[in-house]
Amino acid sequence: MAIVAQSSKTGQVSRATLAWIVGLLFFFPIFWMVLTSFKTDADAVKPEFLFFFTPTLENYLNMTENYDYWRFARNSVITAVFATVFALAVGIPCAYAMAFNPSRGTKDVLMWMLSTKMLPAAAVLYPMTFLTKSMGLFDTHFLIIVVLMLINLPIVVWMLFTYFKEIPKEIIEAGQMDGVNTWGEIKEILIPLAWGGIASTALLCFIFCWNEAYWTVRLTTTDAATLSKLIEGNRAPEGLFFGRLSAVSTAAVGPIVVLGWFCQKQLVAGLTFGAVK
Amino acid sequence: MGRIVLEKVTKSFGDVQVIPPLDLTIEDGEFAVFVGPSGCGKSTLLRLIAGLEDTTSGKVVIDGEDVTEVSPSKRGLSMVFQTYALYPHMTVRKNIAFPMRMAGLSEAEQEKKIKAAADSLNLTDYLDRKPGQLSGGQRQRVAIGRAIVRDPSAFLFDEPLSNLDAALRVGMRLEITEMHERMKTTMIYVTHDQVEAMTMANKIVVLQAGVIEQVGSPIDLYNAPKNIFVAGFIGSPKMNFIEGAEAAKHDAKTIGIRPEHIDVVEDGGAWVGTVGVAEHLGSDTFFHVHGTGLAETLTVRAVGNVALKHGDKIELTPRLSELHRFDGEGLRIA
Repeated sequence: MAIVAQSSKTGQVSRATLAWIVGLLFFFPIFWMVLTSFKTDADAVKPEFLFFFTPTLENYLNMTENYDYWRFARNSVITAVFATVFALAVGIPCAYAMAFNPSRGTKDVLMWMLSTKMLPAAAVLYPMTFLTKSMGLFDTHFLIIVVLMLINLPIVVWMLFTYFKEIPKEIIEAGQMDGVNTWGEIKEILIPLAWGGIASTALLCFIFCWNEAYWTVRLTTTDAATLSKLIEGNRAPEGLFFGRLSAVSTAAVGPIVVLGWFCQKQLVAGLTFGAVK
Repeated sequence: MGRIVLEKVTKSFGDVQVIPPLDLTIEDGEFAVFVGPSGCGKSTLLRLIAGLEDTTSGKVVIDGEDVTEVSPSKRGLSMVFQTYALYPHMTVRKNIAFPMRMAGLSEAEQEKKIKAAADSLNLTDYLDRKPGQLSGGQRQRVAIGRAIVRDPSAFLFDEPLSNLDAALRVGMRLEITEMHERMKTTMIYVTHDQVEAMTMANKIVVLQAGVIEQVGSPIDLYNAPKNIFVAGFIGSPKMNFIEGAEAAKHDAKTIGIRPEHIDVVEDGGAWVGTVGVAEHLGSDTFFHVHGTGLAETLTVRAVGNVALKHGDKIELTPRLSELHRFDGEGLRIA
């Protein structure tokens, strides 16, 4: 008994140490970025100023004054929020139907939805660009919301489907027997019961929308440009201004990191869904 | 009102037909029990009546109205599930109120009915608890309460007592039977337990492989089972079946005799064997008798405590008037 207890304790300590090392490894680039954002562009590239330097807010002031940070931030919020809301509005009825009234094709439809994620985005870049331009949708909030919603819909439906599957079918059937129509079932029974799962899904979807860069950079110029575009725009042709770029990046990832911090529990549940019952 | 008629109803899952064409009428106010072994289609039949499964062909008629294409919510039936299927996020009060809220009843009327249901089901002290804080028996009461307040034209019970322990099961069985006596509403009850069927039903429907083997009152089924399957399924312990020379004496392929219709005698018995297991219940003694040369084991019920034990010689006399005779196809010979 004593030996077993001891070895499990050693295991615990070594696992914790490993976790810390991995965690710090992942955290370091972010830490470095935040640090660099408080340096002047000149100091940023000097190794002797890695940790010891005179901090400055110059980059941040420059960003809000010259680059209209708040407009990009507002666009990010608008597109991510609406894309998430619409993805849930479509995804919840869809996952409901597949979880509680499956047909022979349900599994195939799910696989097909996932397979769309395997298409290289670059393959449809030109058609998308020309099509949206000729339809007058290029650089509009509407377009970005629709694109973000569509690219996240497969994962949203998959996650919701998995959560809904865990709800006993009898509870939904009891609702039917109690005189509820389909919308009533979703509103009165399904959503309250799967609330945790829906919240995790919404959170992940929001994060994916916020971080999306491929389409938001290529399908916008100014009006609907998001923070991804702002970062991309600071890749100055005359060379990289690390201080400035770090400040922009920090300001772009800041809100989502804070959001993630507050919703850690939901997020972990969402990321490991289906792993443990 | 709650007269339920099934006309040539069939159900297939893919290529597998689980219910071949079936006709059945359940009269208003009846307590009908569907009974049969697992997988006999009894639950499927109940779900067809509820509307939770679509019929493949045929008609479901409730009070003269064809409801085959009508959604479950509009059939006016209530169902109690084996797993209770309470809404875990709602309190007991809200669970019971739910069907009334969906039907748009006024708050005052809801409250009145909740109170009445809670009183009759001993749930008054638990109204503000969530289902997770209740025992199995209490949960099933809540499920019944939720079913009652709708004033359904019929109640459907899908093995409602299977998840309860034995003592609670007997209590709940009585409560449901009393509820039927009081309300006189049609009830359809699915179970695999023939004791429940015998004790609760006005009408038993015995099913096997989706086919109705026999419909009748418990005593009809006990006294005159139509075939070997029903004879073996109804009654506990099971009827003894004897083939061969002994059966031929009675002009039958198989004869059946219930354990309670074989008498243990001091001497001069028609059949002689050895006691295998003796189960002394006090009120009765069950003997599992071997070596009679009639069947591998004969089960015999003796009233009271009979002091025979394992290995003892036992002499038996069947009551010939209680003998059931079956032909080569297993059908009853009148």
